[in-house]
Amino acid sequence: MIKLNHLTHIFYKESTKQEVKALDDVSLEIHEGEHIAVLGHNGCGKSTLAKHLNALLLPTEGTVEVDAVDTASEADLWTIRQTVGMVFQNPDNQLVATTVEEDVAFGPENMGMEPSIIRKRVDEALEAVGMQEYKDKGPHLLSGGQKQRVAIAGIIAMRPKYIVFDEPTAMLDPLGRREVMETMQRLNKEEGITIINITHFMEEAVLADRVIVMEHGRIVLSGTPKEVFTHVDLLKRMQLDVPPVVELAALLHKENKQIAADLMTIEEMVKELCP
Amino acid sequence: MLKDITIGQYLPGNSLLHKLDPRTKILAVLLYMIALFVVNNFWGLGAMLILSIVVILISKIPLRFFFRGIKAIAFIVLLTVALQMFMTPGEALWQWGFLTITKEGIRQAIFMGTRLLLLVSLTSILTLTTTPISLTDGIENLLKPFQRFGMPAHELAMMMTIALRFIPTLVEETEKIMQAQAARGADFESGNLVERAKAMIPLLVPLFLNAFKRADELAMAMEARCYHGGENRTRLKALKYGVRDVVTGVLCLCMIAGAFFTRFI
Repeated sequence: MIKLNHLTHIFYKESTKQEVKALDDVSLEIHEGEHIAVLGHNGCGKSTLAKHLNALLLPTEGTVEVDAVDTASEADLWTIRQTVGMVFQNPDNQLVATTVEEDVAFGPENMGMEPSIIRKRVDEALEAVGMQEYKDKGPHLLSGGQKQRVAIAGIIAMRPKYIVFDEPTAMLDPLGRREVMETMQRLNKEEGITIINITHFMEEAVLADRVIVMEHGRIVLSGTPKEVFTHVDLLKRMQLDVPPVVELAALLHKENKQIAADLMTIEEMVKELCP
Repeated sequence: MLKDITIGQYLPGNSLLHKLDPRTKILAVLLYMIALFVVNNFWGLGAMLILSIVVILISKIPLRFFFRGIKAIAFIVLLTVALQMFMTPGEALWQWGFLTITKEGIRQAIFMGTRLLLLVSLTSILTLTTTPISLTDGIENLLKPFQRFGMPAHELAMMMTIALRFIPTLVEETEKIMQAQAARGADFESGNLVERAKAMIPLLVPLFLNAFKRADELAMAMEARCYHGGENRTRLKALKYGVRDVVTGVLCLCMIAGAFFTRFI
């Protein structure tokens, strides 16, 4: 379990010479096996939150605990980073090596594992994201979605319990986005890895077990996708793009209370309107 | 333009040279360079030429890859040859104005020209048969003994790997920025040297800014993947000397001995 206890993060902004409160008293518990989506507009603090989960940033106030270990404890730093993997936004800027398999091996190599074990983990990780056939290719020959899958494999090879995705699809085309989302879903459902997906795409949040909406460094909404998406007006006020079906359901519900307001997919909408 | 340089272009294959340990190959190339400058008569040079041709044949690399490498340094070779030919004092064979070709000059020109061409061909073989990653591994490993004297062997290797990884990315980015600037009327081709250098500024500024941003993000991604320097780090493919490396080593020593021997013919 990852536990955020009254987490506050303040940083000093050079350009405006001001202190900015990126996170303001955030408390949250992330349970094993969960798939959580953290939604919010740019600058709402969601990326800062993500970087606290594996000690890339440390709290100004409050604590973050990963499996009961405080992230501020320097002795446990590498255990924490191995337990909580992180996939970043730009697929290009997180691949280190000149071939796919060498890149996937990077994490296990840093952990000082035996070559034979690294080999096994690399092969397994590449299979888990469906990239085995590209193992000898250079990263620059891959598409955005494929690069992001390799980045995910690099994290899986370290066998983390949690993976934080920091806007993993923001720079991808629709096809790449689907590849990454399918991989994410499969890791959660089949491998039981806890997923924390930081995003501003509502379509991705629909797939989660729990959605957390942030604004100005605070959690403003939290609940199942259905619960959260009933607040269409609030979400729109926060400049989040509500999926058209959700918005349509809300509008229909306003006119006719018989139509449910918490419809999230086109299939559900069809079933509701033409039973 | 950047794609014409052979150095750093690995060509997959399964020749004997591909299978050699990178450390063996690096040391062999060093010994080869020494031998090339040890030989001082046509017997020795001829022997080195034959040896080089044999090595090229063993590598099974199409000849056009060597020509590509040679083309890149053709100017330097020609300049060297010309300088040697005209500047070496000795018995004059031909004279025109202040230009004099001497017998010794021609000899020197042939020697330097051949040496340079062989040197480029054989170093190309090193990079053509060795993946950049195993090349850096080899260099890191060879430099390790010097770590005690403060040589940052691991850091150097890591920097080389990252540089190799990002060259294609940055080339691609350069092309993109150039097109974007050209679309808004930038002109990179005409004008004198100063004007052209000035035209590069709108290209270099975004390129550098982006490179710094990339470096920042990459560092963070590396840290998130538990990178903490070379200490206790293992490798997926550990380097191991085999029988063929020992044989190659012995052959290289024979080559050096032979090179010294030819001086006395």
